[in-house]
Amino acid sequence: MENKGLFEEFIKGIYKENPITAIFLGLCPTLAVTTSLINGLGMGLAAAFVLLFSNIIVSSVKGIVPRKIRIPIYIVIIATFVTIVELIMAGFIPSLFRALGIYVPLIVVNCIILGRAEAFASKNSLGRSIIDALGMGIGFTIVLVFLGSVREIIGDGKLLGYYLFGPEFEPVLLMILPPGAFILIGLILGTINWIEIRKNQKIFLKFKEKKLITTENPK
Amino acid sequence: MELKLLLIIAVYSIFIQNFVLTRFLGLCPFIGVSKKMSSAVGMGFAVIFVMTLASIVTWLVYNYFLDPTTSILKYFSPEGTAPDLTFLRTIAFILVIASLVQFIEMFIQKTSPSLYRALGIYLPLITTNCAVLGVALLNIEGNPSIGIEGKFTFIQSGVQGFSAGAGFLIILILISGLREKLELKEIPESLKGVPIAFITAGLMAIAFLGFSGLTL
Repeated sequence: MENKGLFEEFIKGIYKENPITAIFLGLCPTLAVTTSLINGLGMGLAAAFVLLFSNIIVSSVKGIVPRKIRIPIYIVIIATFVTIVELIMAGFIPSLFRALGIYVPLIVVNCIILGRAEAFASKNSLGRSIIDALGMGIGFTIVLVFLGSVREIIGDGKLLGYYLFGPEFEPVLLMILPPGAFILIGLILGTINWIEIRKNQKIFLKFKEKKLITTENPK
Repeated sequence: MELKLLLIIAVYSIFIQNFVLTRFLGLCPFIGVSKKMSSAVGMGFAVIFVMTLASIVTWLVYNYFLDPTTSILKYFSPEGTAPDLTFLRTIAFILVIASLVQFIEMFIQKTSPSLYRALGIYLPLITTNCAVLGVALLNIEGNPSIGIEGKFTFIQSGVQGFSAGAGFLIILILISGLREKLELKEIPESLKGVPIAFITAGLMAIAFLGFSGLTL
C-alpha cells in the first residue's frame, strides 16, 4: 500500500474507488439533495470539508486512540466538524442551508467519512490521508454535481437557475421528484458496469488474439 | 384530537413521507441488506426497535439538557437561566444513539440469546443508519405539512419513531421480495445487482407518490 504513488492515491477516489459508484457509500445525501446543481455542489463541498478535516485529525491521533473505543472517538471528531459546517453554512449561505435541511447534520452518519477514517486515515500517514480525503471528496462532489445538473436540466429545464430551452419545453417533473433520483442513479451505475464489462471484454479478446498468434507461430 | 394527530403522524411517516422512498434516509441498509427476505426482516425489526427508543431518548436529551426554555440546567445555575446548547444537537444525538445501540446490544445478548442471534449482526450497522439520526432531528424540527410547526411532543416523537421504523420495514420487505424474484429473471448483464435494485426502488417510489394525494 505504501509504495503507491501519491497521484494514484489521489486519482483512485475519483473513478476507480469512487465512494458512490464503486462502493455504494453515502447514498442518502446523494439522492436527497441533488435536485439542482447548486444543492449538489454545496452538499459535495460540505462533505468534502468534513472528510478532509476528520481525516487530518484521525490520522494525527491514530497513535493515541485506544482500539476498542475508536469508533465513538471518530464519530465525535466528525460530529464536531459537521457542527462547524452547519454553523458556517447557516451564517453565510442561509438559503443553501434551508435547501439542504436535515441533510447537513446527517453528514455525521455519511458512511464515506467514517469509512475513510476507519479504513484509511487510521492506518496511513498524515500527508497520504489528506490526499486520500481530497480525492474522495472530489469524487463525491463530481457525482453529486453530475446528478444535480442532470436532474435540474431534465426535471426543470434550467441550469443554475437559467432556462436552457425555449418556453415550449415541457419539464419532466419526475426527475425532480424522488423516483427520478432512484432511476437516474440506477442507470448511472448500470452505465458504469457496462463500460467496465466492455473494457474487460476487450482485454479478454486481446489476450485471446495474442494466444492465437502464439499458438500459430511455432509452425 | 390528540389521538387523531398521532394517527396522522403515523400515516405520514409510513406512507406519505416514507423515510426510504421520499426522504432517502437509510439507503445504505436498504441496498445492502435487501438481498434476502430473512435478513431484511431482521434488519427491519432491529430498526423499528432502535428508532423508537432513539426518538424517545433524544427527545428527553434535547428538551431537558439542550433547549434553554425547558432545560433542567437552570435549576443548577445561580441566575436561573440555562445555556443555549441547541448547537450541540448533532454531537449529542449521535453519541446518544451510538451508546444506546451499544447498550441494546449488550442487553439483548444477556437477556435473549436467540433474539441476539437474529438481530445481533444488524445492530452495529444501525448506528450509521441515517434514518435513526434523521428521525431524531425531524422530531425537533416539526413537520409543517401535518400542521406541527414547532418540535414534536414526547408521545408524538415516539409515534413518529415507531411508524418511521415500520415504514422502513415495509419497504425493506417489499424490495427484498422483488430482488429475490429478480435474481432468477433475465436482465441485462450490466444492470444486475444494485442498479436494477435502484430502478425497482424508483418504480416503487412512483407508486408511493400516489399516497401524497391523500388528504387527512
